[in-house]
Amino acid sequence: MDIELRGISKRFGPVQANQDINLDIRAGEVLGLLGENGAGKSTLMNILSGLYSADSGEILIDGMPAVFTGPGDSIASGIGMVHQHFMLVPVFSVVENVILGVEPTSGVDYLDLEAARAQVQEINTRYGMEVPTDALIEDLPVGIQQRVEILKVLFRSADVLILDEPTAVLTPQEVEEFFAIVRALRDAGKGIVFITHKLHEILEIADRVSVLRQGQVVGQGDPASFSEADLAEMMVGRPVSFSVGRAEATPGDTVLELAGVSLFDAAQDARLVDINLSVHGGEVVGIAGVQGNGQTELVEAITGLSPATAGKIGFAGQDITRTSVRQRHRMGIAHIPEDRHKSGMVGNFTVAENMVLNSYYDDSVTTGVQIDWRRVHARAAEACLSYDVRTPSVFLGAGSLSGGNQQKMVIARELERDVKLIVASQPTRGVDVGSIEYIHQQLIACRDRGNAVLIISSELDEILDLSDRIYVMFEGRIAAEFDNRGGGADRNAIGLAMAGVNQGINRDETRDETRGSAA
Amino acid sequence: MSGEAQSSGPAMPPEMKALLAPAIDSRSSLRELFILPLAAMFLAMLIGALIMMATSVAPATILQSFIAMAHGSVGSLHAISETLTAAIPLVLAGLGIGLAFRAGLFNIGAEGQMVVGGLATAIASFSVTGLSIWLHLPLVLLVGLAIGAVYAAIAGLLKAATGAHEVISTIMLNLISIRLLDYMLRQPFIQKEGRSDPISKAVLETAELPRILEFLDGNLRLHAGLFIMLAAVAVIYWLLFRSKLGFAFRISGENPGAARYAGIRAGLTIVMAMAIAGALAGLAGATQVSGVLGRATPGFTAGIGFDAIAVALLGRSHPVGILLAGLLFGALEAGGRQMQVDAGVSIDMIGIMQALIIIFVAAPLLVRRIFPPLFRERRRGGDEHD
Repeated sequence: MDIELRGISKRFGPVQANQDINLDIRAGEVLGLLGENGAGKSTLMNILSGLYSADSGEILIDGMPAVFTGPGDSIASGIGMVHQHFMLVPVFSVVENVILGVEPTSGVDYLDLEAARAQVQEINTRYGMEVPTDALIEDLPVGIQQRVEILKVLFRSADVLILDEPTAVLTPQEVEEFFAIVRALRDAGKGIVFITHKLHEILEIADRVSVLRQGQVVGQGDPASFSEADLAEMMVGRPVSFSVGRAEATPGDTVLELAGVSLFDAAQDARLVDINLSVHGGEVVGIAGVQGNGQTELVEAITGLSPATAGKIGFAGQDITRTSVRQRHRMGIAHIPEDRHKSGMVGNFTVAENMVLNSYYDDSVTTGVQIDWRRVHARAAEACLSYDVRTPSVFLGAGSLSGGNQQKMVIARELERDVKLIVASQPTRGVDVGSIEYIHQQLIACRDRGNAVLIISSELDEILDLSDRIYVMFEGRIAAEFDNRGGGADRNAIGLAMAGVNQGINRDETRDETRGSAA
Repeated sequence: MSGEAQSSGPAMPPEMKALLAPAIDSRSSLRELFILPLAAMFLAMLIGALIMMATSVAPATILQSFIAMAHGSVGSLHAISETLTAAIPLVLAGLGIGLAFRAGLFNIGAEGQMVVGGLATAIASFSVTGLSIWLHLPLVLLVGLAIGAVYAAIAGLLKAATGAHEVISTIMLNLISIRLLDYMLRQPFIQKEGRSDPISKAVLETAELPRILEFLDGNLRLHAGLFIMLAAVAVIYWLLFRSKLGFAFRISGENPGAARYAGIRAGLTIVMAMAIAGALAGLAGATQVSGVLGRATPGFTAGIGFDAIAVALLGRSHPVGILLAGLLFGALEAGGRQMQVDAGVSIDMIGIMQALIIIFVAAPLLVRRIFPPLFRERRRGGDEHD
């Protein structure tokens, strides 16, 4: 099945999300759709999957105009969307999830699970997906859950699959396996739209590439004829440097030290097991790992949000194991939280209010019990200027800034103070390439001022680019440690450690498995 | 919060000056604050008229009833006095509910907090004797305020310590307060001498909120609680938008995750917010007893604590909005009585219209659909689409 998008335009108020977009999706081909956050990829795909209707333009399926009034029409035409965030019922089995909504029934609403299982199994083996069809979703690793999402759309006889940022949650090894499945689908004649902002993935998997910027197609063609730099420039609209110019680290004194730190959650499941790590002034330490392997808990233990159950945390020579969040913040620990919407900012507050979100009580912005808003506003304006937060006014609601500017706002707030340790969790998640570059530079600049920087990221490239040393977390433990001065760490070995195969500098691995269901 | 631009020093660079200029969304906030409630009120009156027509009230009578309503709420000095008198407890309790909303708490318990606060005020106002009005009146008001605060803090403590939902616990505390009131009113040291029905002794003159328009006409009931109400509006505005505590409340209400991240102690915030909310409701009960009723009787709160929820919603949990909403509800209350007298239309109609206003305010999309020209605006830019 071939799909042509002809002159698609879509406007949300003053924002032109898509403008006169032409796109061909062909059977037996992988179309890479590249673009920054906000470039209009999701809008375009939501039009294709029937969630939005275009203001103008048309969709041709095998040359025939198609009109979608809702997602049902799009699915019926053979278009299947695999969302970035999985939509699975954790306590249902794979088969139950796959058939949810299109259950094969016989007689009066009798669920024919046997017939369904056979069908699902058939698709499963045809594309070599190796999904255990009777397992419960909650027991499966993320990589397999994603395959269940693909099974879902194939079960609904999709001929065109839209994969939205599919590799964001996978380890490098899982990405390889995933690409094998994508190739199998392509070879079986399916049309694939592969949405990503990772350039090397486009170069590896796509047969054709289309680059979106500010709602328009700014380039398309054979990926082989482009270099990463070409694609990046098309995507951002100006030349981008990927490798952060990073001088040799000159580590100083130990700033942060964790000794035997463990953390149990409310259900008494171990989330962190005997973590030993240190971060020195003047160095960047990266924590690599697939999401959900204890990184969140590690950050909470360091920042005081969840006190460690056992072990000791030292900061600049003091024991802070039992110190409160606020006290740690005052002592000079900056925290860039992993999810700015969940905890890093308040969308309904102004930029200025967000700038004092966790320092509003400080003497420098208060007189007695009253907040001195004039000082807050002036300071916020200064911070916006020095950290490139692009907002027309500090009185604007932070929720209406772009993702990149929101994140720069959070970073401005945390770095503007006098800090000794920066704990940056997913510092560039959901941020445009231009802002990523800027944020990386700021973090390195912090290091060069002699501060300790701890970066936690599920983007391995980010860890490799920035870190002088790398720890890999797996199932709540430090699985391996790598030296990355001069970028010498072995990407493959890190990937294996992320998957639980221990290959790094040896760590004691004789303890029995006591981890909780980190998923 | 109010966006005052500042002009500190001549050396400020122009980029910074631009950043400190207020954001341009005053028009949309004006729309939210005034046009929506007005449109909602219009729709409510329309439906009220339809209901009256359906129950075969003559069109002339319907018209007459609306005129009576206007007359009874703002048509005379007496009407205005009645409107303001009715607004005082609504605004006070509404401020408490609005503040709790801002902190992310749904305080259904204003009624119960008013009951215990009012009862405590009544007891203090006849059992403490020999004080001058300058001591006695503040004392009885403070007693009402404090007891209301303690009563609401119970629900806060339960939530902070055990996670019990404040909606459930405040509803239960309401029930307890109503029974407690009936029980207490039969205690010999409270019950009026020589009465067998539950009714408290009368408030001593030294504990009465003075009527402020008495010099014009002895029938004007408006009392000094008006000043307490206005002061409370100012204090709560300051608390929410100027103080550290209020900022912590607002962070907790908007984004609990961010509050945790900022090191704000959730439990303490919950208890504090509930206590302040209860203090305001207790004060509402106190002003009713001391300023209007002169005694405590069963059901003396008359559902004001529940109407105050609607006032807080209508006022969008903003102190000034709550003041305006409270005045509107006070006007409906006073006007409704006049409507009953003049046109013979039951005061129940007022309750129906009040509820309709809230429904329309709570469903702004519906009102926008009905009056598209009033709300025609371009969507604000910068929304994320990816």
